[in-house]
Amino acid sequence: MSFNMLVLTCIGYVIFLFAVASAAERSAAAGRARWLRSSTIYTLSLSVYCTAWTFYGAVGYAARSGLEFMTIYLGPTLVFVGWWVLLRKLVRIGRENRVTSIADMISARYGKSNLLGVIVTLLCIAAGAPYIALQLQSIAQSFTVFVSDPDAMGLSTDRNLIAFWVAVGLAFFTIAFGTRTLDANEQHHGVVTAIAVEAVVKLVALLAVGIFVVWFVASGPSDILTRIDAQALPEWEIQPGRWTGLILLSAIAIVCLPRMFQVAVVENTEDRHLATASWAFPLYLFLISLFVLPIAVIGMELMPEGSNPDMFVLTLPLYLGQDGLALLSFLGGFSAATSMVIVAALALSTMVSNHIVVPLWLRMRAARQRDTGDMRLLVLNVRRLSITMILALGYIYYVITGGSGALAAIGLIAFVGVAQCLPALIGALYWRGASRTGAALGLIVGSIIWFYALFLPSFGPDIFLSARVMESGPFDLAWLRPYSLFGLTTLDPLLHALFWSLLLNVLAFCAGSMFSFPSPIERVQSALFVNVYERAGPARSWTRPVAEAEDLLPMAQRIFGASEAQTFFRVQAAAQGKQGFLPDITPEFLEALELKLAGSVGAATAHAMLAQSVGTAVVSVEDLMAVASETAQIMEYSAQLEAKSEELTRTARKLREANDKLQTLSVQKDAFLSQISHELRTPMTSIRAFSEILMDAEGMSDEEQTHFARIIHDESIRLTRLLDDLLDLSVLEHGQVQLNITPANLRELIDKSITASNSVQADRTFALHRSRDSEDIEILTDAGRLSQVFINVLSNSRKYCDADHPRMKIKVQRRKGMIEVDFIDNGSGIPRDKQALIFEKFSRLTDSLQAGGAGLGLAICREIMHNLGGEIAYVPGQGGAAFRVSFPVSLQARDALSRPGKDATEAAE
Amino acid sequence: MEKRVLVIEDEPNISEALRFILTRNGWQVEVSADGQAALGRLQNDPPDLLILDLMLPGITGFDILRSLRSQSLTRDLPVLMLTAKGQAADRVEAERLGVTRFMTKPFANAEVLAAVHAMARA
Repeated sequence: MSFNMLVLTCIGYVIFLFAVASAAERSAAAGRARWLRSSTIYTLSLSVYCTAWTFYGAVGYAARSGLEFMTIYLGPTLVFVGWWVLLRKLVRIGRENRVTSIADMISARYGKSNLLGVIVTLLCIAAGAPYIALQLQSIAQSFTVFVSDPDAMGLSTDRNLIAFWVAVGLAFFTIAFGTRTLDANEQHHGVVTAIAVEAVVKLVALLAVGIFVVWFVASGPSDILTRIDAQALPEWEIQPGRWTGLILLSAIAIVCLPRMFQVAVVENTEDRHLATASWAFPLYLFLISLFVLPIAVIGMELMPEGSNPDMFVLTLPLYLGQDGLALLSFLGGFSAATSMVIVAALALSTMVSNHIVVPLWLRMRAARQRDTGDMRLLVLNVRRLSITMILALGYIYYVITGGSGALAAIGLIAFVGVAQCLPALIGALYWRGASRTGAALGLIVGSIIWFYALFLPSFGPDIFLSARVMESGPFDLAWLRPYSLFGLTTLDPLLHALFWSLLLNVLAFCAGSMFSFPSPIERVQSALFVNVYERAGPARSWTRPVAEAEDLLPMAQRIFGASEAQTFFRVQAAAQGKQGFLPDITPEFLEALELKLAGSVGAATAHAMLAQSVGTAVVSVEDLMAVASETAQIMEYSAQLEAKSEELTRTARKLREANDKLQTLSVQKDAFLSQISHELRTPMTSIRAFSEILMDAEGMSDEEQTHFARIIHDESIRLTRLLDDLLDLSVLEHGQVQLNITPANLRELIDKSITASNSVQADRTFALHRSRDSEDIEILTDAGRLSQVFINVLSNSRKYCDADHPRMKIKVQRRKGMIEVDFIDNGSGIPRDKQALIFEKFSRLTDSLQAGGAGLGLAICREIMHNLGGEIAYVPGQGGAAFRVSFPVSLQARDALSRPGKDATEAAE
Repeated sequence: MEKRVLVIEDEPNISEALRFILTRNGWQVEVSADGQAALGRLQNDPPDLLILDLMLPGITGFDILRSLRSQSLTRDLPVLMLTAKGQAADRVEAERLGVTRFMTKPFANAEVLAAVHAMARA
C-alpha cells in the first residue's frame, strides 16, 4: 500500500472515530442513549490498558522471553478478580469527591495539598513520556513496515519524521476530542465511546491474525502446541522472582497509571459497572493474549532471520500476502496507540492545568486584581497547550532514545514510575494516620530512586549518565551505581529499581506519617476517604443525584414555617405553570430557594443546605467556615439579646423597688394620719367628757368645777400646740419656711433659751455648767428658729432627766466655720436601740403626760437645723442624754435656699 | 353591793373623767395606767367590768384582751374597748378577739354609761 494511501486510511479512521465520539456526546447531552453509560462501554474503555505495546510488543516479548509476557495480563486480572474491593472504594471516593485525576485524589486526601498534586503530576509526566514515545515508535515502525513504496517520498522512511507527524496528528486529534467542552466532573462520554470502539477494533484485529495463523498457516491448535514445544528456548524458563515482580508491577500499574485512573475512576458513573468489569475485563485480557504465543512461534518459524518480532502481527500477514488482514492489523495497532495517547494526554493535561498552571495563574492574578471572571476558556487553552507539550515530551524521549529499545522494556519503565503513587494511594484509602508529610516524603524518595536507577539509564549510556557512572557509580562510589544501589547486584535493573524505590518510598511514607501531625483539613479528608462507605449511606444519594421538590419542601418548612414555605413553593410552581406545591427543580427555582433560605440562615448555610439536599455539589471547607462565621454572628446577636434582657431585668427591679418604696410611703402616710388622728382625738376626748360633766354640774363643788374647767383649758392648749407643731413641721419639711436671718450673739441666745425652758417643770432646779467666754460668738442665722431648737432640747432635759440632782452642761466649740453646741445632762440618757428613733415623728418614749407633747419636738428640731444649714444629733456615751447642735457661723441665703431644693429632689424620687 | 369596774387608760384626764362619771352612777371604780400591772390584778381578782384603752405604753389593749379570753376566770368578763385611732381594722380585730363593746374616742358620756349598764345586766 502506498504511503499516501495509508495516511488517508489513517485520517479516514480518525474521522470515523471523531464522528462516533460526536454522536455519543450529542446523545448524552440529549439525555438519550443510556447504553453509552453501560458496563460494556466501561469495560471496553478499560482496554486502554492494552496499548501498542500489548498489540505489537507482547508478541515480541513472547518471542524473546516466552510466557513472561503473561505477567502483564496477570497483574490486572488479579486486581480485577481478587482485589476489586480496592477498586470499588477508589471509584466510590473518586466519584463522591469529584476527583479529576490521580494527582487530585492524592492531593485531596492529604489536606488538598497542592504540593502533592504537583509532585504526582510531574512524576506522571515523567513516566508518561516514555510510554507516549512507545506509541509513537510503534506507529512509526508500523508505517515503515507497511508502506510498500518506501522511496516514493524522499522522507518517508525517516522514522523520526514519521514519529513527528504522528505526534502532531495525535495532538490535534486529542485536542479535538478532549477539549471541545469543559465538563464539570471531567467526564468525556464521546472519548470513552470512541475508545470502546477502538477496543473492539484492536481485539478483532488481533483475534483475526491469531485465527489466521492457527487455522490457516498452521493446521489447528494441536499443531501450534507442537510447534511451540519445538521452539522452546532456554530463556523461556519461568523465573519465579521476576514473574512475581512483574505481576506486582502490572497490578500496581492498572491502579496508578493516569490513563487507567481516568477511565476506571474519573469516567465511572456507577458502581455496578465495576462489578461487570471485574469479570469482563479479565476476559478481554484473556482473549487479546490468547494468540500472542502462536503468532510469535509462527513468526519466528516463517519470517526471515533478523525480522523485528515486535512487528510480527503486522509483518506476518504482509509476508503471507494477506493485505486486507494486514490493514486490519495495522488499524488495530493504530487504535491501540491512539487510544492510549488520547486518554493519557487528557489525563495528564487535566493534572497539569489543575495542579500547576491554574493555581499559578490564580496566584498571579490574585496579586493584581480580584476577579471571578469565567475561566473556562483559559482552562481549555491550558489543556490544549498541555496536550501539545506532553506529546512533545514523548516525541523528544523517542528521538533521544533513538527508538531503539524494545517496546515492552519502555512500558515497564513507565510502570515503575507510576508505581510510586501506590503507597500514598493505598494509605489514602485505608490508613487514617497517613499524613501529607509522609505522602510527600514517600513520593519524593521513590521518584528520585526511579529517576536515577531506571529512567535516566533508559536513555542509554552517555546521554544523561556516562558509561563510567553506570559502571562504577558517581565519584566512584560503588554503592551508588544506578543498577546496583547499596550493593544489590543480583536483581535485573527493572526489579532492582522497583525494589528499592518502593521499599524506601513505603518506609519514608510510614515514617513521615508517624512523625508528623496532620492538619485539621487533612483529618477531615482522611475520615471522608477511609470511611467512605459509612458516610455514603444508600446508593440512592448518587444514582438519583437531584432532589425532588418533596424533599426540599420539608427542609424549607423547617426554616420558614409551614405556611410560608408552602406559599413560596406554590408561587414558584405557578410561575412554572404547574398546579400544587411541587415545582420542577430548575436552576432558577433552586436559585430562588437558596436566596430565600439565605435570608433566614445566611448565604453560606443556605448554599451548604441546598448542596446537601440536591446532592450535586460538594460542601467545601470554605463553605463550612462561612457557616461557622454565620453561627458566630448568630451567637453574637444572642449575646446582645441576653444583655438587653439583663437590662430589662434591671429596669424591672428598679420599678419594683420604686413600687415597694411607694407602698412603704403609703403605709407610712396611713400610719402618720392614724397617729395624728390619735393625737387629736385624745385631748378632744377629755374636753368633750369634762364639758358634758360640767353641763350637768348639779351637786358639784366649785373646786371640782374649776378643776374640770382647767383640764378643758389645758387640753385645748395641748390641741392648739399640736396643730401648731404639725403646721410648723409641714412648712419646714416642704421647704416653704421663710428664714429671718439676722446677726445675733450666741451667748445671749442661750441665755434666752434657758429662761424660756425654765417654765417646764418649774419646780425642778437644774445646775447649769457653762463656759460663757467661749459662747461669746457673733453669728448670722435665723435666731428665733435656733433658739426654738435650744429650748426644745433644754425642755426635754428638764422633762426626762431622771437624776436626783439634775445637771446640764453646755459646751461650745468652733470647727471649720461651724459652731457646735453640746447639751449634756446627767440622767440615764436614751437607750441605744431608741437613739435612731428619737428624731422621727410621734416617737415619744414615755407616756404623754410627762412629755406633754405629741412627740414632734425633735422631728421639728431636725427640720429646723436642716433649714439652717446644720444638724442636730444625739451623742452617745456622754454619761447622760447629750445632743449636739451644729450650724454655720454665718448662714448665707443661698445655703438656706439650697436645702429645700435638695429636699424637693429627694421627695420627687 | 356596788359593782366594780376597772379602767385601764394611760391618759390621766380621760381616766379621771371616766372615774367621775361611773362613780356618780354607782360604780366602784379602779383606774390603772399600766396595762401590764393591771393584767396581773385582773387574773387574780377580776372586776365585774373592764374599760380598756387600745393604745397603752408597753402593751396593747389587744394583748390584754387576748390574755383575758384565754383564762377561764376572765373568759366571759365584759370588756368595753375605747380607742382614739378610729380605724375600721381595729374594730374587726377587737371583735375577733372577743370584745363585748367597741367605742371610738371622743365618746359621749351617756353612751359609755348606757353601754356599761347594758353589759352589766347581760
